[in-house]
Amino acid sequence: MGVRAIRLSWGALTVSLVVLLAVAMLSALGVGQYPLTLPQVLQMLVSPLADGPRDAGDLPRTVLWQIRLPRVCASVAVGAALAASGVALQSVFRNPLAAPDLLGVSAGAALGAVLGIFLGWNIVTIQAAAFAGGLAAVVVVHAVGTVLPLHDRTLSLVLAGIAIGSMLGALIALVKTVADPYSQLPAITFWLLGSFASITPTDLALLLGFGVVGIVPLALMRWRADALALSDDEIHAIGLRLPVMRAALIAGATLATSASVAAAGIIGWVGLVVPHAARMLVGASFSRVLPVSMLMGALLMLLIDTLGRSIAQSEVPPGVLTALVGAPVLFALMLRRREVPV
Amino acid sequence: MRTSGYSTRSRRGFVRAGLVATALLAGPCARDALASTRRISDDAERRIDLSRIPRRVFPAGAPAAVFVYCLAPDQLVGWPRALRADEAALLLPEVADLPELGRLTGRGSTAKLEGVLALGTDLVVDVGSIAPTYASLADQVQAQTGVPYLLFDGRFEHTTRTLQRLGAALGAERRAEVLATGVQSILDEMAELRAGLAADDRPRVLFARGPTGLATAAAGGLNAEVFDVVGAVNVAQTGAPNLSLISLEQVVDWQPDWIVASDAAFFSQLTRHPVWSSLPAVRAGRAVLAPRLPFGWFDAPPALNRFVGVVWLAAVLHPARIRYPLAERLVATFEWLYHRRPTQAQIDSLLAQTRLPR
Repeated sequence: MGVRAIRLSWGALTVSLVVLLAVAMLSALGVGQYPLTLPQVLQMLVSPLADGPRDAGDLPRTVLWQIRLPRVCASVAVGAALAASGVALQSVFRNPLAAPDLLGVSAGAALGAVLGIFLGWNIVTIQAAAFAGGLAAVVVVHAVGTVLPLHDRTLSLVLAGIAIGSMLGALIALVKTVADPYSQLPAITFWLLGSFASITPTDLALLLGFGVVGIVPLALMRWRADALALSDDEIHAIGLRLPVMRAALIAGATLATSASVAAAGIIGWVGLVVPHAARMLVGASFSRVLPVSMLMGALLMLLIDTLGRSIAQSEVPPGVLTALVGAPVLFALMLRRREVPV
Repeated sequence: MRTSGYSTRSRRGFVRAGLVATALLAGPCARDALASTRRISDDAERRIDLSRIPRRVFPAGAPAAVFVYCLAPDQLVGWPRALRADEAALLLPEVADLPELGRLTGRGSTAKLEGVLALGTDLVVDVGSIAPTYASLADQVQAQTGVPYLLFDGRFEHTTRTLQRLGAALGAERRAEVLATGVQSILDEMAELRAGLAADDRPRVLFARGPTGLATAAAGGLNAEVFDVVGAVNVAQTGAPNLSLISLEQVVDWQPDWIVASDAAFFSQLTRHPVWSSLPAVRAGRAVLAPRLPFGWFDAPPALNRFVGVVWLAAVLHPARIRYPLAERLVATFEWLYHRRPTQAQIDSLLAQTRLPR
């Protein structure tokens, strides 16, 4: 009963997170190096010219429509996608340490991108290689995990993920070793750190498209997913098809993560920690944790990217800030929870 | 018996005479060798004794390879990585074909210490940072292999001194003087150019590095020194002298007069990118790609090759003030540095790469 006392009403929490996110997005649109204030941004957003032909020399308009708005939306989308993937994988693997990169998505995407940089491809092709690499890694992990003769299916998937992930890591290291240390190595390092610095409207469209396709199965299974907390036999007994559910959740999470990694590089921590924070607020029910996690992930990622692009002239990689900001937030949540008598 | 005894004695006599003669002949040689044991100190205040002119020189990294190639190509034992055909086409064929060695960078080394010995190396040379990390690495490699290791400062302002010191170590003093004189005359020429520029005449330039163009080398770092020499102002005054990532919005805010790209794939997309193409610099055609042949013209690696970039970029940025015909000047610069005169067609094709696609 004590734990329930700190839980906000789920509906009130969701609505306040949505409002908070909207306010944060608007405020973030007023932040940046280019002198473009919030009132100007608002005026441009409501101005009918926004949809009219764009004069290529109109820099304020270019900054808003081509840089800031895509970037703000992308950070929100990536935060939501990573958090949703984390929720899905933590449910599938019944393990609070499961994160979106558990099945090798990040390592596969990184290898694709690193190869693209090594071979001197253009940035669009590099991103496509990252996306394909992420998907391919999970397909291979899934195939290997299914073949492994272990009774515990989730354990064999995790083992396959760890093994393939370290193989991919080794290949990345190999490419880094042979890459040109003056031109390619810095590009590889920056890519692996992750960044929203080069998001274009096209990137955003792809991210949203694949992200939505990935999250739809998660949303559709939000009620049945709670059954994943039961044992395999119990799930079978209540008539649910575990392998299908598992495959659908993994596929959705993988698609959403791959799209995120292709757009913004590898950003850790959000997918691991945000679901925990959400569970502390709304309990363990998948159908509640999923939307709350997505909103919290979006908010956290937006906050972090806005900080990362405004505290210095150089970008601060989001992966650095997610850990620096995320860890204290998690501790604060945990401490707050302990104060309540259970 | 007598005869044979005489003969034996006489043979001994010959041997003795021979030994004496050898000693007499060898004496001056030994004294020469002794006299030519030179104590060389490098830029990390490390002192080593070289008893003879090194014949096989191992470059620890790309900058050192360029320096040794320019100074004494016959003494180079290989390259940090095998050269590609387009790179080799601008260098001495027999030297360009030398094998791949990897690089000596401590923990991240790809070169094998045994390889240093197996190749009969008698000197290892590194040019670049002289920070304690690299000085201690030099000590370590030298202790492990017994091969002398020299470390020189790779910064632009130290070029002539590095040429002279390394040239002396390699026994290539005359060639070092030719290079140092040329370097100094380019630097003087550029100093004169800068002196004639009012603050407003200095173009504000962005070095847009990498496949997104968003990695930049800020003012004060090794990677952007060419800008300072040619009288340009680096828009990236981020205070962090190394490479850093910047946002597209930062680029728009800086509004550089000129953009210098390093990645061909990025450069070819510049006029099609929604944001880059709307920058005044790109719209006015003031964006160039720094070619990478046979070595990077701008910063990769940061070595003598950057003087090609100086000659080129000065002419690009200050067409009204630079009087030399660029293509001919580049032919001469390549020949002066790389021991091989490029054809006009080779230079024209390199210059064509530097310009924005129409």
